[in-house]
Amino acid sequence: MARYGLRTLAVVYLLFLLVLPVILIIWRTFAGGLAPFAEALTSPSALHAFQVTVVVAGWAVVANTVFGIGVSLLLTRHSFPGKRLLNAFIDLPMAVSPVVVGLALILVYGRFAPVGGLLESWGFQVIFSTPGMVIATVFVSMPLVVRALVPVLEELGDEQEQAAHTLGASRLQSFLRITLPGIRWALGYGVVLCLARSLGEYGAVAVVSGRLVDQTQTLTLFVEERFQNFDQPAAFAAATALALVAVLTLLLTKLLRPKD
Amino acid sequence: MTTDTARRPLSPPRTPGGEGRPRPRFSTGTATGLGVAVLYLSLIVLIPLAVVVWRSLDQGPGFFWRAVTTPDAWAALTLTVVASAIVALINLVMGTIIAWVLVRDRFPGKAVVDTIIDLPFALPTIVAGLVLLALYGPESPLGVNLAYTRAGVVLALLFVTLPFVIRTVQPVLLELDADVEQAAASLGASPFQIFRRIILPNLVPAMLSGTALAFTRAIAEFGSTVLISGNLPFKTQVAAVNLFSQIESDNTTGAAAISTVLLAVALAALLLLDLLQRWGNRRG
Amino acid sequence: MAIEVRDVTKSFGTTPVLRDVSVDVESGSLTALLGPSGGGKSTLLRVIAGLERPDIGTVHISGVDATRLSPQRRDVGFVFQHYAAFKHLTVFRNVAFGLEIRKRPKDEIRERVMELLELVHLEKLADRYPSQLSGGQRQRMALARALAVEPKVLLLDEPFGALDAQVRKELRTWLRRLHDEVHVTTVFVTHDQEEAIEVADTIVVLADGEVKQVGSPAEVYDHPVDPFVMRFLGPVTEIGGDLVRPHDIEISASPLDGGTPATIARVVRLGFEVRVEVEVDGQDGREAWVQVTRELADRLGLAPGDTVTLRPTPGARRLALSAV
Ligand SMILES: Nc1ncnc2c1ncn2[C@@H]1O[C@H](COP(=O)(O)OP(=O)(O)OP(=O)(O)O)[C@@H](O)[C@H]1O
Ligand SMILES: [Mg+2]
Repeated sequence: MARYGLRTLAVVYLLFLLVLPVILIIWRTFAGGLAPFAEALTSPSALHAFQVTVVVAGWAVVANTVFGIGVSLLLTRHSFPGKRLLNAFIDLPMAVSPVVVGLALILVYGRFAPVGGLLESWGFQVIFSTPGMVIATVFVSMPLVVRALVPVLEELGDEQEQAAHTLGASRLQSFLRITLPGIRWALGYGVVLCLARSLGEYGAVAVVSGRLVDQTQTLTLFVEERFQNFDQPAAFAAATALALVAVLTLLLTKLLRPKD
Repeated sequence: MTTDTARRPLSPPRTPGGEGRPRPRFSTGTATGLGVAVLYLSLIVLIPLAVVVWRSLDQGPGFFWRAVTTPDAWAALTLTVVASAIVALINLVMGTIIAWVLVRDRFPGKAVVDTIIDLPFALPTIVAGLVLLALYGPESPLGVNLAYTRAGVVLALLFVTLPFVIRTVQPVLLELDADVEQAAASLGASPFQIFRRIILPNLVPAMLSGTALAFTRAIAEFGSTVLISGNLPFKTQVAAVNLFSQIESDNTTGAAAISTVLLAVALAALLLLDLLQRWGNRRG
Repeated sequence: MAIEVRDVTKSFGTTPVLRDVSVDVESGSLTALLGPSGGGKSTLLRVIAGLERPDIGTVHISGVDATRLSPQRRDVGFVFQHYAAFKHLTVFRNVAFGLEIRKRPKDEIRERVMELLELVHLEKLADRYPSQLSGGQRQRMALARALAVEPKVLLLDEPFGALDAQVRKELRTWLRRLHDEVHVTTVFVTHDQEEAIEVADTIVVLADGEVKQVGSPAEVYDHPVDPFVMRFLGPVTEIGGDLVRPHDIEISASPLDGGTPATIARVVRLGFEVRVEVEVDGQDGREAWVQVTRELADRLGLAPGDTVTLRPTPGARRLALSAV
């Protein structure tokens, strides 16, 4: 009896908090058929937002993948003083509010900040432009690849790499031929998580982008701006598109997740 | 082959750490990698955060205190802390129940339920807010309108923090040995006694760390609350939203002060989490 | 000399693991590094391979100072205790790895790998993955992989440690034969004295990070330099203040010149051997034992309670305990 009670409670809670809201918005988006959905997403603003999103998320994923692989190798294959501290710093972005991230970047890279001013005098604008949005996105999604790789690298051990070295492989060769194939699933998992987080980032990007329509507007910013301007169909369509991407990542991570 | 017993007396006496090649503490490869990583981390994370803290304090503690205690900032901070605490508590209970159901119960569609638990992690926060507004907004098909209310804020925070407790409790529950429970049952314990005396003590560390994670996330949350809270100062404005409007109005010092408070709360929660995890490891 | 290790000292943190170790390995020999667990055997082997750097001291391989060479450039074959099989590569690709790194032509690789797989009797399993092999097969694959690059020396860390007793015995004889065939200078680590004696032509006894003794199996067995080595290499017992091998003791019902009187406590028959456990007078209850043939035990009619005399045989190696 208690079992059915708990089950009902859990299912009802999830239904009303999670499932019904998502289904409702998808239903509302497609209530008028596919045409309005397609139309809302192919407006020039929407297409531009889509393009900005892909560029920003793409760079952020590349940066975090390279950094993620490097740092996880550092954490699992090297010993150095201060390892615990580095480990803690990697997780720091998880605890920081996206808006604080935005403010922090403005205070360093903004036009009126020393570093930002200097960069701007060289013709390199960070804040209110793509580099700032990339940095903000990199910040918020920093730990994901590292956290996906570290346990797998630990589990893998370094014996295979040492064996490769004794067989004449250089560090790079042993990384490419031995380590990388060993971590490919975990890497895929981390990259997908990182991509999802990057595509969906809102707060930090909202601050550093200046929310300039048709210039620095990403899809998430587009959703908010359309909604505030009472253009519900466009907001819902973009939200649904993002939700579908989220569901897709969910399924992908399910496939890639290291099984034990 | 010989062991050079004959040579050994001739070799000079060695003082520990004396002669021989001096060994670096770590190799040049490690040093280079570490240097690049620290530089990258500094440029993107550490220096910007340090500047925020510095900016909040550089006009003295009095200024900091006044910035944090302006009526609207103070209201936003207290709302955030109170709402996050409520959300953490609900998560503690509901998260544990859901984890329990996912591990111990069996029903058709369980795998699907298990998969969608992670949806809040994958869904952009602004979309989460919009989605909730669709069901619990002015056009609610259920006739429940939580838009621009504190209940709406709590709802949004519940949505984005849903997975934390579930995903920390679930693995622990999976690893609990059924024989321990069977042993307890064979000793005459009732199901409730088994839960209370055998299962719960094992789960507590995971439940608390999940709750701490959820609390940290709730404190920092921005995107999901933007639309549903309506951003009403003194009523539904959470700290991150208040911070956002201060940045928009170029009040950077005030914004830095609120940021510092948010950072401090998050760090305190993380420290607590670390302690909880060590406690859990010791018991496990 | 194929390998010359000179005055090597190595510590992990503050714990010294190798202390002033010097070892020479002759070309073409099959050498065992024998010692108790934690004695530093693996560390010494890894220092030779370049997987660890010594704090002090040098390593020469084939006359070349290799101390600062990376493992990549040392031309050593290393077989890990747990094989370190490349899990994502087939048996063939595992063995071919070193040759592919050296960018040998495809045909040559194919030929050489198949030749090696035949040598280790794995030619039929070339397309399998390591997870589809038994422990012994994985071990042989690892060996073939190490041999593929024609290393100057072959280093094996507890090559049979993870295998069950039966397979172990088979592979031991096989390794001996393989070495006779391939003739590559080989050093293998073991903590099993029987394995060392059976397979190696030279034994290096390593304990507490120090070389205790070096010699042929017969030398270290029959002429151990100290009680530790004597105990480690075979059974010992104590009579009259000396350590003696239990099969080097004469037992007699009548008094013997220079013998030690004792009382039989138990007679245990282990097939062909008989283990006679005795209380030696004046040894405060510390038991000794003597190993005799069944024939002798029967002839003497040994039974518990009998009084006998014990005396080391004339050629027996004895070590005075008091001297140490
Ligand atoms: N990487 C390391 N870091 C710290 N200590 C180590 C490391 N490798 C080995 N040691 C220590 O050095 C000592 C010798 O280790 P080693 O592996 O050489 O022993 P061994 O003779 O091979 O023992 P076994 O037969 O158990 O394999 C041990 O006390 C071990 O704990
Ligand atoms: Mg070892």
